[in-house]
Amino acid sequence: MSSHGIKDQVAIVGMGCTKFGEHWSKNADDLLIESTTQALNSAGVTKQDIDAYWVGTAMSGMSGMTVSRPLQLHNKPVTRVENFCATGSEALRNAAYAVASGAYDSALAVGVEKVKDSGYQGLVGAGKTPTDGTNRTLTAAAMFAMCAPAYGNRYGVGDDQMREVLARISWKNHYNGARNERAQFRKEVSMDTICGAPLMAGGLRVFDCSGVADGSAAAVLVRAEDAHQYTDRPLYVKALAFVAGNASGNADPDYDYTYFPEIEAAGRDAYAQAGVTDPRSQIAMAEVHDCFTPAELLIYEDLGFAERGSAWKEVLAGTFDLAGDLPVNPDGGLKSFGHPVGASGLRMFFETWLQLRGDAPEERRIAHADRGLALTHNLGGYPGEMVSFVGIVGNELG
Amino acid sequence: MQGILSAAGYVPYRRLDRGTITETFAAGGGRGTRAVAGYDEDTTSMGVEAARLALRAAPSGAHPRTLAFSTTTPAYLDKTNATAIHAALRLDTDVLAADFGGAIRSGLAALTAALHGPDPTLLVTADVRDGLPTSADEAAGGDGAAAILVGSDTDGPALATLAGEGHTTEEFIDRWRTPGDNRSKVWEERFGETKYVPLGEQAWNAALKSAELSADQVDQVIVTGAHARAIRSLTARLGVDKSKLADDLSGSVGFTGAAHPALLLAAALEQASPGQTIALVALADGADVLVFRTTDAVGTWKPARAVADQIAAGAPLSYGKFLTWRGVVTVEPPRRPEPDRISAAVTGRTEHFKYGFVGSKDRTSDALHLPPARVSRVGDAVDDMEPAPMADVPGTIAAFTIDRIAYSPSPPIVFAIVDFDGGGRLPIELTDVNADALQVGDRVEMTFRRLFTADGIHNYFWKARPFPAGAQGKEGSSA
Repeated sequence: MSSHGIKDQVAIVGMGCTKFGEHWSKNADDLLIESTTQALNSAGVTKQDIDAYWVGTAMSGMSGMTVSRPLQLHNKPVTRVENFCATGSEALRNAAYAVASGAYDSALAVGVEKVKDSGYQGLVGAGKTPTDGTNRTLTAAAMFAMCAPAYGNRYGVGDDQMREVLARISWKNHYNGARNERAQFRKEVSMDTICGAPLMAGGLRVFDCSGVADGSAAAVLVRAEDAHQYTDRPLYVKALAFVAGNASGNADPDYDYTYFPEIEAAGRDAYAQAGVTDPRSQIAMAEVHDCFTPAELLIYEDLGFAERGSAWKEVLAGTFDLAGDLPVNPDGGLKSFGHPVGASGLRMFFETWLQLRGDAPEERRIAHADRGLALTHNLGGYPGEMVSFVGIVGNELG
Repeated sequence: MQGILSAAGYVPYRRLDRGTITETFAAGGGRGTRAVAGYDEDTTSMGVEAARLALRAAPSGAHPRTLAFSTTTPAYLDKTNATAIHAALRLDTDVLAADFGGAIRSGLAALTAALHGPDPTLLVTADVRDGLPTSADEAAGGDGAAAILVGSDTDGPALATLAGEGHTTEEFIDRWRTPGDNRSKVWEERFGETKYVPLGEQAWNAALKSAELSADQVDQVIVTGAHARAIRSLTARLGVDKSKLADDLSGSVGFTGAAHPALLLAAALEQASPGQTIALVALADGADVLVFRTTDAVGTWKPARAVADQIAAGAPLSYGKFLTWRGVVTVEPPRRPEPDRISAAVTGRTEHFKYGFVGSKDRTSDALHLPPARVSRVGDAVDDMEPAPMADVPGTIAAFTIDRIAYSPSPPIVFAIVDFDGGGRLPIELTDVNADALQVGDRVEMTFRRLFTADGIHNYFWKARPFPAGAQGKEGSSA
């Protein structure tokens, strides 16, 4: 058994992404019509030209009819997928495999979520599975809050220093988001404001937590050999890795909440598929799942962007800043966009689409696009029990 | 002959200083404190806690054949509440569990019935005492539970045996509460006094006669009941020296209704010496007097957690919190969804975990699974597990967090990753905790609680709580 991957077999030839935010006047149909229309136009095709559709949504629709009805698709196969917060990436992963298999010449992956209609703070699980009431009712913020003191204890980072590190991650993402017209929050936020914001859970304050938002993003995928029929600057799928954890972290006393084994494993698989041996020097930029600032800190180490125990120093040194050695979340991340669950993964691919093709606006353009590879990452679930996706795309074959 | 094989009281963690009632309303309240059930406790869950302590201190061969549960504030009507206690104690299916509910008198009546035998019986009593703000019941009442294991000498050595008893009954209207009401009403108290004192004297004399004792031969007298004035009058007429009167815990715990006679009896046995005579006098719609004689076994008996220690380990609760916990005041909840009702069908499949806190242990790798699993997380063995009862296994906090946004009947939620001694981990909510003083590495024990109620269905499960002061839960032991 091994993960062979589909390196250079499938290309992204068109993408679309709505502005993320509080779309009180738009429903899920409106948002996915907007993102798919952008994507189709960007590839120069019509909805009927696409052979098959995948839609990722966690709570805004059931079945493929979530897309076929609003888009009025005629006799098209549409598959709805859900995989926690990696739902949007999962739509692209499955669409890419369908094209690589030869079953279809083209496919469209769209992610959409209407989160703001719930009326609650934060994400609300869609599941109404009957339970025995012994399941945890904690928020994600509280679970991720445990990672910060665990990391600090293990690596000798004091509370004040950790506070600064986490704030620096939040500061960076808001700095980037302030330069992105599609982001929900477009203001830079000072370190003092971040450190003085109200407590949400554990040591996490408001600016340590991603917001919620409505939004949608979409991608058109075709066989790599056909890519230049649609665009002269396609992105090639280099790796698509996914790990669904066995939830052992919350059962195994040896797990210490300072790393995410599911992310480490997904990263390892993705690097093998793409032939990446030194991510720090080979990856031009990364979009990672910054649902909470401690998550982004641990992800740096899980994905090999920094040595174990050293990511906090790299954060303070600016390594992951827009102008840093390896820019992470140059679009502003979940911190600036909020997190419409089904859309976030595809929103991340949208940033790679802009950056690797040189279309990102100058004020947030990365310096190392010539490295040619970009990484996207999602996690879904909690420390100790999560799913993780890692994707790598590149602007050249080989 | 039936005797008491073990006994325990359960005093919840929180205390309301009665002076805070007076400060708030310029009325009511008084001196001392009353015990307050946690927002996540009810009579069933407190009954479980008392019963666990009683069984822990019981002779190893003693197994109750009947579980009798008495309360004036049952969590359910129609549905038996004793069955949840039965499940939490992991008693065998063929043990009878039934409620003796409604009236204050039912607690001592159930104990009397058990003492008449012949089956080994676990009497569990619990009460949550409510009253309108500034009322005498609000201040004088207390929440708590007690459990007494009764059996014969074939079940184990008795701590005390019944030497005599007396009972009187009369129908009169002194105190009443119609179903659905959250407070009792009382008649003008002189009337009740004139009824209770002669009823008490008659039962007292009958009990002394049946025990072949004179009043001055009784070593300790416990007098209790809801009618404070009648108790004072009767006590003065019993012919016993003041030095022999037991503390009725009114200054620290309050009157715990149906549970109070058993709670005071447990407290007395915890301090008793061999060969003593203890009389328990309770006024409730008549009078009940039980006279016990302690045996040599009481000298070596080790209570699981003495009532006096539990009283000493309490922590204060503000009057505002008290009023919200009792449902008198509703505060703004977090903007998060309230939980759905639990599924009877799912719960029917998971009773051993949900109520008994039984996990599973892989026979090959010893990997422990909470909740129980079929496939091992270590070694991947399938269906090769044995049950792992974890309710009495202490644990250590590996990490913790405070959730200010999740739904809780009393936010914020304090939550911890708990690693159990000997293996096993579960992320679980903490209770009876001072979050500011919490540290990684703190020792915790499991406690049975009511997590929430939805559609009238109570969701019982376990939480972890720091060991009370004086019960440190040494690694590898169950304190």
